[in-house]
Amino acid sequence: MAKGMLIDLTRCIGCRGCQAACKQWNDLPAEPTSNWGSYENPPRRSANTWTTVTFNEVSEGDRLDWVFAKRQCMHCEDPACAAACIVGALRKTPEGPVVYDDHKCIGCRYCTLACPFGVPTFEWDTPVPYIRKCTMCVDRQAEGMEPACAKACPNEALLFGEREELLQEAHARLEAHPEKYVDHIYGEKEVGGTSNLYIASVPFDKLGFPTLGPEAIPRYANVAMAAVPPTIVVVSAAMAGIYWITKRREQMMSQKVSVPVEQWPKPDQDKED
Amino acid sequence: MTAETHVELNRSKQPFPVVTTSILGVLMAIGLVVAIIRFINGIGAISNLSDGRAWGLWISFDLYCGVALAAGGFTLAATVYILNLKKYYPIVRSAILTAFLGYVMVIVALMVDLGQPWRIWHIIIYWNPHSPLFEVGWCVLLYTTVLALEFSPNVFERFNMQTPLRLIRTIQIPLIIAGIVLSTLHQSSLGSTLLLMPDKIHALWFTPILPILFLLSAISVGLAMVILETSLASKGLGHQVDLDILAGLGKALPYLLGLYLVVKLGDLLVAGELDLMFSSGLYSLLFLVEIVGGVILPLVLFALPAVRLSRTALLWSSLLVVLGLVLNRLNVSLIALAPRPGTMYVPHVLEFAISIAVVSAGILAYILANRYLPIAEHEHPAGHRPVVEVG
Ligand code: SF4
Ligand code: SF4
Repeated sequence: MAKGMLIDLTRCIGCRGCQAACKQWNDLPAEPTSNWGSYENPPRRSANTWTTVTFNEVSEGDRLDWVFAKRQCMHCEDPACAAACIVGALRKTPEGPVVYDDHKCIGCRYCTLACPFGVPTFEWDTPVPYIRKCTMCVDRQAEGMEPACAKACPNEALLFGEREELLQEAHARLEAHPEKYVDHIYGEKEVGGTSNLYIASVPFDKLGFPTLGPEAIPRYANVAMAAVPPTIVVVSAAMAGIYWITKRREQMMSQKVSVPVEQWPKPDQDKED
Repeated sequence: MTAETHVELNRSKQPFPVVTTSILGVLMAIGLVVAIIRFINGIGAISNLSDGRAWGLWISFDLYCGVALAAGGFTLAATVYILNLKKYYPIVRSAILTAFLGYVMVIVALMVDLGQPWRIWHIIIYWNPHSPLFEVGWCVLLYTTVLALEFSPNVFERFNMQTPLRLIRTIQIPLIIAGIVLSTLHQSSLGSTLLLMPDKIHALWFTPILPILFLLSAISVGLAMVILETSLASKGLGHQVDLDILAGLGKALPYLLGLYLVVKLGDLLVAGELDLMFSSGLYSLLFLVEIVGGVILPLVLFALPAVRLSRTALLWSSLLVVLGLVLNRLNVSLIALAPRPGTMYVPHVLEFAISIAVVSAGILAYILANRYLPIAEHEHPAGHRPVVEVG
């Protein structure tokens, strides 16, 4: 059964305990930052900061909401990063997490471009760089523990569990309190579904979540890649065929006509090899 | 032997280009220093690349443009060996040389761009057949090998090595066909890499048929590159190639460019996005410059017999095709590709230093190869020009 997380933004109080817990568990160093006018800090995720809480001021009608959103890898069901990876270093596990293999990666960074959520980050300032992103704490899960962020959350905004059950729970919450939530479970359908699911009091595009359709990102690339074997067959056959015809025509011509084959008289052109 | 005399002729005719090679050498040295900094301090130290935009100038220019501009090798090989148009035989060698150098340049640039280039062999043991980049990687690997073999007779002839020469000639046609198949895959696969970014590339450029558009535009630009490069070599290296040959290549271009244009605009029409050509501000402008200046204008020019009778006009018309392609690749993979929200990318001056060094190395290798290898073996010495026939 595949795990996932239900992130209920109406319960998030913006304490960033998850952000700190993630750093602590994964031994990630602090980043030097400066006040840039928001509690949101550091301003962007990086190879040393796999999850951040964003602080969003959203005006809905005559109401002004301050909505906090923990962002990290969505652990897609059909991940673009895994389709992209040239050596298959990124992989969707049946248990849910999308994991990364340090030993395979060549550092091409295609995954960072393919991911629709802007997740994978690269170590830009070291001579031997790797990709880094949220792992859904696979290592903790292997020991029967929940992810560090979910463990740290003081207000149960992060609920870890079976994705199917979390989805039911999300639907139940939306039904029980339609006045509290917008009718959208972000991650239920987006890009073919993601392990992590969000519910919130305001539309997700106002929180900086990308607006994405229900089709998986690799859909076009899959068609192109499936076309490779037939292309090889068709092009080789066509080229061999044309070669045979042109050679044959040349032979016929040289038999019928007694003048030299070359229709392009070049006195000093060498014979073809 | 005629071959020998021609080589001698080239060598004695032109003094060694000391100034040019010195300038190229300095540019290469600068690039080398920058590359050393990169391998000590990381890619971030010499580039403006970031998580917001992890591919930049090196991928867009060195890889996307570089591979397309090297397409002359397979288009000419197909023309001469498969279509059996022997008229173009005199320039097939230099086209293959350009392609080979182009691919080596791509690989050198990738060695700087990849995070861990020493792991490049991983693509041989760790397969991901779903990844368009995996296809790209294999095509670079295999096609560079094929190009090296196609190019090898130049070296074998130079040193009069008969056995390998005979060996290569027995497998010549399968080799040429392999090169065409690999090029078809490779040119199109570069378009496929962008198919994983459907929501990030502006609709004027994003289409599921990007691989086909990449292939078609590469075939056109391959021929244009051969015309351009042969014209420049005529001027700079004193290898005069018959105008008839260049004109013949030029004659094919209106058809190839026309096909590309029809498919590209037809795709927009089917998608109902033709209006974007005029309603997307700067993007519309870039698109129109690319299409009008780089496709329609050269299409018309190459269709004019007067243009095909003039070396200068051929040179400039082919330059338009080349610039149009460069703009297209920069548009689709750099300008119209949205970075992560809140970030932006403008290439760092040291990124240019790397690309310039790679191009300099390519030009230097081209000059040296033309001097010391029998590339121009079958050409006519300058001054001996047969009658021009343009129909
Ligand atoms: S959110 Fe991005 S990095 Fe995470 S699984 Fe999906 S595609 Fe991969
Ligand atoms: S950077 Fe590494 S993980 Fe990302 S696509 Fe390239 S090889 Fe795969």
